[in-house]
Amino acid sequence: MNRLTSLSSGTANRLFSVVRLGIKSLLLHKLRSGLTMLGIIFGVCSVIVMLAIGEGASFEAQESIKKLGSENIIIRSLKPPEESQDSGGNRSFELVYGLTYDDGARIQTTVPGVRYVLPMRILRENVRFDQFQVPCQIIGTTPIYPFIAGADVVRGRFLCTIDDRHQQNICAITVGLARRLFPYQDPLTKAVKVNGVYYRVVGLIREKNSADQRSQAGDMEGEPLDNNVYIPLNTSRSRMGELITKRLSSGYGMEAERVELHQITVQMQDTEFVEVAESQIKALLDRFHDKNDYEVIVPLQLLRQAERTKRIFNIVLGSIAAISLLVGGIGIMNIMLATVTERTREIGVRRALGARKRDITTQFLVETIVLSIGGGIIGILVGITVPFLITHLTEMQTIITFWSVLLAFGISGAVGIAFGIYPASTAAELDPIEALRHE
Amino acid sequence: MSRNDIIRTKGMVKRYLLGGQEPKIKIGEDIRAIPQELLIKDETQVLALRGVDILIRNGEYVAIMGPSGSGKSTMLSILGCLDRPTSGEYFLGGENVATMTDDELSEIRGRRIGFIFQSYNLISQLTVIENIQVPLFYQGKDLSETWDRCVELADLVGLADRQEHRPNQLSGGQQQRVAIARSLANDPLMILADEPTGNLDSSTGQEILDLIDRLNADGKTILLVTHDNAVAKRAHRVIHMKDGLIDREVNNRQPTTAS
Ligand SMILES: Nc1ncnc2c1ncn2[C@@H]1O[C@H](COP(=O)(O)OP(=O)(O)OP(=O)(O)O)[C@@H](O)[C@H]1O
Ligand SMILES: [Mg+2]
Repeated sequence: MNRLTSLSSGTANRLFSVVRLGIKSLLLHKLRSGLTMLGIIFGVCSVIVMLAIGEGASFEAQESIKKLGSENIIIRSLKPPEESQDSGGNRSFELVYGLTYDDGARIQTTVPGVRYVLPMRILRENVRFDQFQVPCQIIGTTPIYPFIAGADVVRGRFLCTIDDRHQQNICAITVGLARRLFPYQDPLTKAVKVNGVYYRVVGLIREKNSADQRSQAGDMEGEPLDNNVYIPLNTSRSRMGELITKRLSSGYGMEAERVELHQITVQMQDTEFVEVAESQIKALLDRFHDKNDYEVIVPLQLLRQAERTKRIFNIVLGSIAAISLLVGGIGIMNIMLATVTERTREIGVRRALGARKRDITTQFLVETIVLSIGGGIIGILVGITVPFLITHLTEMQTIITFWSVLLAFGISGAVGIAFGIYPASTAAELDPIEALRHE
Repeated sequence: MSRNDIIRTKGMVKRYLLGGQEPKIKIGEDIRAIPQELLIKDETQVLALRGVDILIRNGEYVAIMGPSGSGKSTMLSILGCLDRPTSGEYFLGGENVATMTDDELSEIRGRRIGFIFQSYNLISQLTVIENIQVPLFYQGKDLSETWDRCVELADLVGLADRQEHRPNQLSGGQQQRVAIARSLANDPLMILADEPTGNLDSSTGQEILDLIDRLNADGKTILLVTHDNAVAKRAHRVIHMKDGLIDREVNNRQPTTAS
């Protein structure tokens, strides 16, 4: 037992002396060793940085898709492209397009596996209280909105079925809007004015999805969801009407559109129904829409696509990083071959003094590994710093994963071994007598 | 074979093949009989040793002399286990070297032989003490345990105050002293020196030779190649070589010793 421990500590000591010797030999040519390391430093650094950027980008994409809900299918009204072209000169043209109340009802009744159908009318109006006025989205919807869109009721309540049936003039507003309209008062006791009609505030809502932007009334830009007023769908129908008129951007006359619903969100009972339901919904809508006036967005598919994209992205980035590591490795091998030639006589001397071939192999292999792992460690340090700088300077999200650091470190070690073996065995195979005679 | 014999060779031949061709002259029993003129004309091979019988006893001091190209260095390489004879026998301390593997040769070099080279051959990135340690390292010794011994050896060759110096900070004579200390590190059976004073001026050379004399006086077996008669005079015995053969051996009845 005692002998065994002393033996293993002896081996550790030996390895330590070989590593120390390697470092000593490398320090003899500091510039050369540094330049050689640079290849590995860049390689390892690029592995970590690229993976961090890729991970960050796909994380952002996946998060925003996940917010849409993976068991949801989103259908949006689209202004058909051909009509919008020639309507420019026509002053009194009324454009009818988009999803209808009937579409929503048909989906609810015919597509199997549907849990909820959430219709939404989204109009843009100015909302007033007292002297304050804020441009808002007026969203006419049903009481299930918070469950499907993932919004929280902070105070009071959301709309209820009775409000809808009786076309009550009530509304729920987002927290951000409440802060703007009611800096001093309690909003729950007040009413806001939209288009000359008063709506009593019954609840405060916080949208989880506030960074998301939603198109409305053919306008693709949309406001942040922070300034939202939710009213019962039937109230929206009766108070605001189906017809939306707005001033043309060219300045001449008015443009009129008739859109019943701007969006229908279909929530399935489970994600496994989503793909079948998507094609059924498309078939169903196609039968009643002769224009191409809607789009179907399936977050689940987007998510899968994002995952695929991420995999391809990782492969591409990985290959680039691998190539740079390969180049670094070739650089190391080149230098080690030169070193072996330069130190031929030392090799001969060591052989004469009792070194076996494998002692020489070990010596040069350790030297290469010290070089590559040294480069690897510096590369990791730089590689961990750079993503922070990127995030700080560009607001691009980066995520350094533990396995990418591990991978980079492993690769640098593997590069050292892979590109060190050949020079080291060349050194070991030298004939001692010829090596001793070498000038 | 007496236990006192350190080296015994019989019919030792070393042939270098040139250009990978089949040699014209085959190695047989009568290799010594082939006339030199015929060998010189043979462009397929060089017979550096043509059948050498040597016997060296423990504690002897033997010098090897001979014209350039007579095979002195070749013989020293084989005796030092850096190379194997093409044919013939070589026993070192009772072990047959001619049939050993590469690893066994390495081991026997490290354990039983001390080398002193004409051009010192110290390892440039190591200090004096570390250079002396190298043979011990390859014997698997723990370096911290051997430190004291190496300091003693540095002291013995008169370099007690140069322990942490590197080879390029030392004079030629000092470097050769380190090499001598290094050759002693493993307490070898014998020390082989190929023209150890060849790169030194005569007075420094004298100092080195005095040191070697002292090692011999302490009981070390010395085998030394030289071109210098004055050097050879210090040895007990001088082996003269010619064309890969031992020409003659001369015993020195009164070797000049260190004054
Ligand atoms: N690797 C080799 N390949 C071919 N021929 C060789 C080789 N090594 C030595 N020789 C030849 O063997 C012969 C003996 O060489 P060796 O080096 O032993 O001579 P030497 O007696 O040491 O000469 P010097 O006094 O000049 O050192 C020479 O003719 C040399 O050319
Ligand atoms: Mg020679």
